[in-house]
Amino acid sequence: MYELKKLSRVYPKGRTKVAALSGVDLQIPDGEFITVQGLTGHGKTTFLQMLGALDKPTSGRIIFDGKDLGAMPESQLVDVRAQNFGFIFQNYNLLPTLTAEENVEAALVPLKVPTAERRVRSLAALAEVGLADRANHFPPEMSGGEQQRVAIARALVKEPKVILADEPTGNLDEVTSLEIVALMERLWKQRGMTLVLVTHDTKVARRAPRTAVITKGKLAMRDNRAPRVATTKPGSTPGSAQPSGAVQPA
Amino acid sequence: MYFRYLGRELRRRARSAAVVAIGLALAVGLVITVTAAASGVNAAQGQVLSSLYGVGTDLTVTKVPTAGSGGSFSFNANPASRAQAGQAFSQDHLSSSPGLEVMADSDVTSISALKGVEGATGALVLNSIHVSGSFGSFFGGGSSSSPSATATPTPTPAATSTPTAAATPTASATPGAFGITSFSVDGIDPAYPGVGLLSGANITAGAAAVQQWFGEAQQGTDGGEIALVSSSYATQNSVKAGSTITVAGTSFTVVGLVTVSETDGADVYIPLSQAQTLADDASDVNTIYVTATDSSAISTVQSEIQKLMPSATVTTASDLASNVSGSLSTASTLANTLGTWLSALVLLAAFVLAVLLTIASVSRRVREFGTLKAIGWRSRRIVGQVIGEAAVLGVIGGVVGVGLGVLGAFLVTHLVPPLSATVGATGLGGSSTTSTGGGFGGGGGFFGGRTPGAFASANPGFARTFTDRTHSVPVHLTAPLSLEVLMVAVGLAIVGGVLAGVLGGWRAARLQPAEALRRVE
Repeated sequence: MYELKKLSRVYPKGRTKVAALSGVDLQIPDGEFITVQGLTGHGKTTFLQMLGALDKPTSGRIIFDGKDLGAMPESQLVDVRAQNFGFIFQNYNLLPTLTAEENVEAALVPLKVPTAERRVRSLAALAEVGLADRANHFPPEMSGGEQQRVAIARALVKEPKVILADEPTGNLDEVTSLEIVALMERLWKQRGMTLVLVTHDTKVARRAPRTAVITKGKLAMRDNRAPRVATTKPGSTPGSAQPSGAVQPA
Repeated sequence: MYFRYLGRELRRRARSAAVVAIGLALAVGLVITVTAAASGVNAAQGQVLSSLYGVGTDLTVTKVPTAGSGGSFSFNANPASRAQAGQAFSQDHLSSSPGLEVMADSDVTSISALKGVEGATGALVLNSIHVSGSFGSFFGGGSSSSPSATATPTPTPAATSTPTAAATPTASATPGAFGITSFSVDGIDPAYPGVGLLSGANITAGAAAVQQWFGEAQQGTDGGEIALVSSSYATQNSVKAGSTITVAGTSFTVVGLVTVSETDGADVYIPLSQAQTLADDASDVNTIYVTATDSSAISTVQSEIQKLMPSATVTTASDLASNVSGSLSTASTLANTLGTWLSALVLLAAFVLAVLLTIASVSRRVREFGTLKAIGWRSRRIVGQVIGEAAVLGVIGGVVGVGLGVLGAFLVTHLVPPLSATVGATGLGGSSTTSTGGGFGGGGGFFGGRTPGAFASANPGFARTFTDRTHSVPVHLTAPLSLEVLMVAVGLAIVGGVLAGVLGGWRAARLQPAEALRRVE
């Protein structure tokens, strides 16, 4: 479970400072599917990186399973990431010199899983995303959708508590996007893990029970189960959004 | 996973990997070639020096005469003598080699007793000068008794007899003509053939007789009038084992012929006692050859001898290297200075190239490393991956470099033309020098001193005959390789690779994952 308290992240930009996140308060219970929306440069990725312990807040606290990630040194954060978080990126971020199976296996390396078991689990994860027959193919030999499935398998293979997806359909066509989102939804339901998905696509965003809308570093929650007239466009003032942490997990 | 990732990554950026490996290989190859060439040059220098100073000799002790020292000699002839005019003459003179002051052979005993000295033996390095010709005639009608301005000197070494030709006055003044030949004679202690000039000698004829001579000498007999003759001198003068040779009027039986490596040592070797008698230097030597117990003791022995004999010049083999000139010296300079600097420069360039290309590679892979950090890879694992990749390039560069180095050494050995080594005048060793003069003007009294400076100033042209005891020796340069050098060279390449990997890995380790993932490739 996440608990964000007055979370802020300020980046220096020349002589000025830019607040990517400003005073964010939010609770994300275990197993919730939450989407994140907002205009480009308004803080979505920073928000996701905070959740994934890839970045530290300038002020405020981010509590994950009772641990303050902002106060932990990198040497401990790397273990937290290895054990708890699965990342999916817009550009897939697969290692081009490794096969699909080896890319998935790479996620198990820091967990010191024996080599044979790594391979079995990697092939199982690929099978789960429908790529059993592509295990020995290299990323450049695969389509964007296939590469993203490999990235999903890599995120899932270590059975993390949280999947953090940063615009996973951003580089895909509409059909493939829907397939990928459907896949992620299915896995989320099957495994009961927390899923945080950043997207520009409102249709995709509405598939989650609630959406965190970030505007200029400020976060507001939107209940996607409420009547459609009450929703707010991304970037506008989320007047009807529920207070942080008010929505129950699906 | 580690090696698969490493191998495929190197294949992916094969071009830059090849540049790094080739750079390191060239550097390693150059280091090996230069080191081998330098080793070959040093070996050649050692060969030249050992042939002059003895393979088993670590130190040589000599004394430089003080100005004006040494007895003068004059020809026992009066150029103005009417009785000698027009007469033929033939004289021998045997003297200590110019530039060498005599020392008591008790010094040999004293040096032998020093700590760190394994053996010492004295030698008397001499020059035998033979002058023959006829006196000029400048007594018109046989009536004038005044010396002519064209008086012809009649060199008569004190150690030899005066010509006895009868005077034959001539009707008109005619210049005399004479020839001078000289050869070097070394008085050696045959009881110690392993130290000194003969230590590196190759007996080309009469080996059994020579060994018998040495054996008898060790029993206390010097063998009497026995001589060894250098092969080159023997060839020039048709001397064979068993024939006789005259040194300062004394006949010696030639027991064998020797070749002292590629250089000529002395022309004739006779027992030290005989040399001392002939040169009127009884109990004197002018060179002491010393062998140290081991190489580490050489400098200590050198300073001990210097304390014992403050006025002596104590020379080690390394000191003597500076006496070698000629193309061998040039090659030595090239190998030891230019070669070393060039190697260091290329090595540095290869290191810098490896570091820059590795850092460039890391910069291109920032997002890749960010991704790995995001999925839980520790920095040290990523750094290890980068170092591993660079180290493999170092190993490849080292192995290829060894091949290039071996090829370079092979080419040096087989394609470099023979070098020449010129050993300057030190008064040691010696080779035959022949000078033929004629029509000297001026009176007697030259050869007045044994000091080269005084000698030279008295008659520079003549002095050259005795002081320029130089040897120009063709030397075949080899480039010997040693396992140690090859291992060090490969080690350098690996160090270069690892260094590049460490610096590249350090950059990778410093990357914050969030920042790395934001980086656009």
